[in-house]
Amino acid sequence: MSTTPDGVQDRAAAKRGAFSSRQVFIFAAIGSAVGLGNIWRFPYVAYENGGGAFVIPYIVALLTAGIPFLFLDYALGHRYRGSAPLSFARLRRGTEGLGWWQVGICFMIAVYYAAVMAWAVRYTIFSVNKAWGDDPEGFFFGEFLKAGDPGVDATPVWGVLIPLLLVWVAILAVMLLGVQKGVGATSVIFIPVLVVAFAILVVRSLFLPGAAEGLDALFTPNWGALTDATVWAAAYGQIFFSLSIGFGIMITYSSYVHKHTDMPGSGLVVGFANSSFELLAGIGVFAALGFMAQASGVSVSEVATSGIGLAFVAFPAIISEAPAGALIGVLFFFSLVIAGFTSMVSIVEVVISGVRDKFEMTRTGATIGVIVPMALVSLVFFSTTSGIYVLDIVDHFINQFGILLVAVISMLVMSWGLRVLPMFSDHLSDGSSIVVGAWWRILISIVAPIGLILVLGLSFWEDVKTPYEGYPTWMLAVFGWGVAGAVIVFGFLAAQSKWRDPEALSTVHFNEKGAQS
Amino acid sequence: MSGSAIVMMLIAMLVIWGGLAAAVVNLRRSPDLPHADEVKRDL
Repeated sequence: MSTTPDGVQDRAAAKRGAFSSRQVFIFAAIGSAVGLGNIWRFPYVAYENGGGAFVIPYIVALLTAGIPFLFLDYALGHRYRGSAPLSFARLRRGTEGLGWWQVGICFMIAVYYAAVMAWAVRYTIFSVNKAWGDDPEGFFFGEFLKAGDPGVDATPVWGVLIPLLLVWVAILAVMLLGVQKGVGATSVIFIPVLVVAFAILVVRSLFLPGAAEGLDALFTPNWGALTDATVWAAAYGQIFFSLSIGFGIMITYSSYVHKHTDMPGSGLVVGFANSSFELLAGIGVFAALGFMAQASGVSVSEVATSGIGLAFVAFPAIISEAPAGALIGVLFFFSLVIAGFTSMVSIVEVVISGVRDKFEMTRTGATIGVIVPMALVSLVFFSTTSGIYVLDIVDHFINQFGILLVAVISMLVMSWGLRVLPMFSDHLSDGSSIVVGAWWRILISIVAPIGLILVLGLSFWEDVKTPYEGYPTWMLAVFGWGVAGAVIVFGFLAAQSKWRDPEALSTVHFNEKGAQS
Repeated sequence: MSGSAIVMMLIAMLVIWGGLAAAVVNLRRSPDLPHADEVKRDL
């Protein structure tokens, strides 16, 4: 028998918002998982860490850490029916701070993620007439970003500020529409568009001269890599950062799903869909890099790169050289914009949802109250001549010592501190196509933590040993360690404030006996 | 492309894209129905 009266569930859905169906939830979750990292991070990580042999640690990481962790987030959000802070608070009052820590991380990511999208919007237009001429690197850092020396400078760069403002207006519009019509519909519409646009790009790239050499470089296996711990850490890191797990997004989204949904079955689709797009991106990117290498008469290893350098320096060079380059450019940057936008929506929703639940605000009130300050911080720091340096530092530190750290800690707290995994596996298995049994509890309490602690430890050691990218110490202290630390402090302070609705944490809102519901 | 690269590319496609197809098929066979006790309660 259910201990949640249906009326309570309906009222909660009406109050907090909900996805209309399982399909919408799956599209939204895929939209969140498929982001910039799939396009610009995966191909290079695979290439650098054993090429074709990387498939093995990658699949192992997906099955032993990625999908199990996805299930953990689902269990928490779906069972306790709340944003990250509310779900943690309902799980155990003392863990609410973990939820706010995740909210803080999402706030920080959103402010710089918007800037990268603004660049991609501009580059979609630049692609039409190849505005960068014959020096893409000089154009990007000089003419476009007007980057000076590392430091903080308040000189506005109008070419970034205006598209950045437009990105925030678009985000505001979508978020005001709510969970189903805004968050859900964005992915339902844009994910198919993204797949079609990217597929055309891949087919075009495969017909470029040199494409086969690019794929050869990506897929030739280096079996020796399999005995290297850093390669396994790279696989766990890639899977972890790519799936949007561990920092509140999947907790929030699964709280909007009807309680009879097959969450593990849906999670398998989301996990494999994310990797499927990554593989497609790897093929497209390396086919294009193979062309680039052949056109410049060098080996693929000399042109292979990732991140901002791949998107805003290497790709413009490819677009200039390739036949029908403008088409490749528009498709590539348009794909970046869409993949980024659907992820951005999910990141902002974590913050809005957390604030709404805690302060009992209306959708409109919380959306404006969250997005206006976010947009202001974003515009102040990232539309100036020093934007790229701050962005690079915040991105690196918030990923390693924000997302990864909170994920490891919350996983250990739930599995070893509170010992709630048996209850979670009952909840997940109930009515599901997949039995989430002892195998899952072992993966979440032992295997995944070992994998992620390995990634975290290697990264921590690296950042302590050598200053990240050689930036000035004060910048790393403020925007790197400082921001990552401030988010933790914020999280635990925010958890001290009172819930506007004292009934928010009462068990009537969720199933006390999840297994029997 | 070398033979080993082609083989690894095909394996990656088979496992990842095949995995997606299998996951979709599995989910389609598992409709979200209310549980038996709740159906009874409605009757």
